[in-house]
Amino acid sequence: MLCYGGTAGTGQDGRPSQITMIMDAVSDNLLEIRDLDYSVGVRTIFKGLNLTIGRGQVTAIMGPSGTGKTTLLRLITRQIVPDRGVILVDGVDIAKLSLAELYRMRRRFGMLFQNGALLTDLSVFENVAFPLREHTRLSNRLIRHVVLTKLHAVGLRGAADMMPGQLSGGMARRVALARAMVMDPEILIYDEPFVGLDPISMGVIVRLVRRMNDALGISSIIVSHDVQEISTVADCSYLISGGQVAASGSPDELNKATSELVRQFMHGMADGPVAFHYDAPDYEEQLLGRDAE
Amino acid sequence: MTAVLRDIYYTVFDFVRTFGALQLFFLRLLMYSPGIFVKRFGLVVGQVYNAGALSLVIIMICGLFVGGVLGLQGFSNLARFNAEDSVGAVAALALVKELGPVITALLFAGRAGTALASEIGLMKATDQLSAMEMMAVNPIRRVVVPRFLGGVIAMPLLAAVFSMVGLLGAHIVGVVLLGVDVGSFWQQMQQSLELADVQEGIVKSIVFGVVASLFAVWEGYNAIPTAEGVGRATTRTVVITAIVVLIFDFMITAVAL
Repeated sequence: MLCYGGTAGTGQDGRPSQITMIMDAVSDNLLEIRDLDYSVGVRTIFKGLNLTIGRGQVTAIMGPSGTGKTTLLRLITRQIVPDRGVILVDGVDIAKLSLAELYRMRRRFGMLFQNGALLTDLSVFENVAFPLREHTRLSNRLIRHVVLTKLHAVGLRGAADMMPGQLSGGMARRVALARAMVMDPEILIYDEPFVGLDPISMGVIVRLVRRMNDALGISSIIVSHDVQEISTVADCSYLISGGQVAASGSPDELNKATSELVRQFMHGMADGPVAFHYDAPDYEEQLLGRDAE
Repeated sequence: MTAVLRDIYYTVFDFVRTFGALQLFFLRLLMYSPGIFVKRFGLVVGQVYNAGALSLVIIMICGLFVGGVLGLQGFSNLARFNAEDSVGAVAALALVKELGPVITALLFAGRAGTALASEIGLMKATDQLSAMEMMAVNPIRRVVVPRFLGGVIAMPLLAAVFSMVGLLGAHIVGVVLLGVDVGSFWQQMQQSLELADVQEGIVKSIVFGVVASLFAVWEGYNAIPTAEGVGRATTRTVVITAIVVLIFDFMITAVAL
């Protein structure tokens, strides 16, 4: 499977990485990010990020905590705007869209938030029905049919009358997944979809992600730490670190990569370029030094 | 010295920026309001219920006792001039022109305003507003405007209920407990209270309704999305509403006199 890591898709030695490949057909690019800079205060999140997501693929975005994976999703959907750079969805610069055009564009997206983000004053059924009631004039009978179908797909048809407060974290995320796909979007975005799921639910969701992507011909973007689960479902993975794409390729290619950073992340090693400890003064000095008194 | 001037500059700058943003926010609410009122009237009715009907008990209890106090104070002070029969007129003027709108607005800020601010703030903190954005649903139209309109509609109704129950309280204390003649009580009230007095009360309650609802939804929508941020927004809602209501009360009274 082809995958493009942009200018930052280089190895530790600065040469083009073996796992970096370039998509040859521009028309297959669903989403392109070019020279993206984004900072929060004095902290730089992205610096010259380049990334391309192919149509019809399941693309995983991985990286150590705090590298800005969720921020990237927010940039892609223009919940926040970059300091510099261009984000093209189907060739359209989303920064230049008016609010009405942006909302029209967003109807093509479905997004699963990390915590589900269910509307707490609505039942499970009404949460899934919410986009249909807002954007369509379907009859109640048809809405019921569609909603129950989607809830059945995530195994929660029996929970239709429950309120979000009565659901476990995993159930809430499955309901949110049903809601994300109820409008049959072209692009499904998952923010940490596997966190808090039991092994059975996780297996079901992983298969569901893949099956929906292939059967409905949609494109999926998954932000996740779960290297093993991602490996079974993703066509293409990007590893983000230091505000840029550190590596990209199929999960197999990433697993075989020689880059220290990629190896550390993919194999969960404590030692490597990514420090486990946040910057801090000397441990012994801090514990036993004058400040301790 | 330089540091002090810089602090003053940034404080003024922040105030002007926030004030400008508040005005733009208010304009957006006004712009969306007619559409929501016509097309999504059900949402507005739901919020009138939340802000209005659910505040009825506290409003009625407070109204009853404020009216009772007016009856007591009016009777004891007017008795010095042998004018205790005028207690109904005094209570009515005080309630309709002043206490009804002001105390209702303060109670409204404490009961419904805090509920609105914390609800919207928590929706923000739990990504519900972002989720709506991603579902191509404008959260200001879907969440904020119905709550704003619900408050604006509920507040004058609550003020009217407050004044009516207050008059009942004054009647109970003045007529039933202290023996003021019932005919004099109501007749003097009718003679003293003019249409302009009622209009002043209505104008005040509408203005206070806009103020209390605006600050509640503004604070909730702009809350820092953390538990502490939502708590602060809730507190600010009550404090700012109380101050602005009293300032507006003075201004409207000055204009009406």
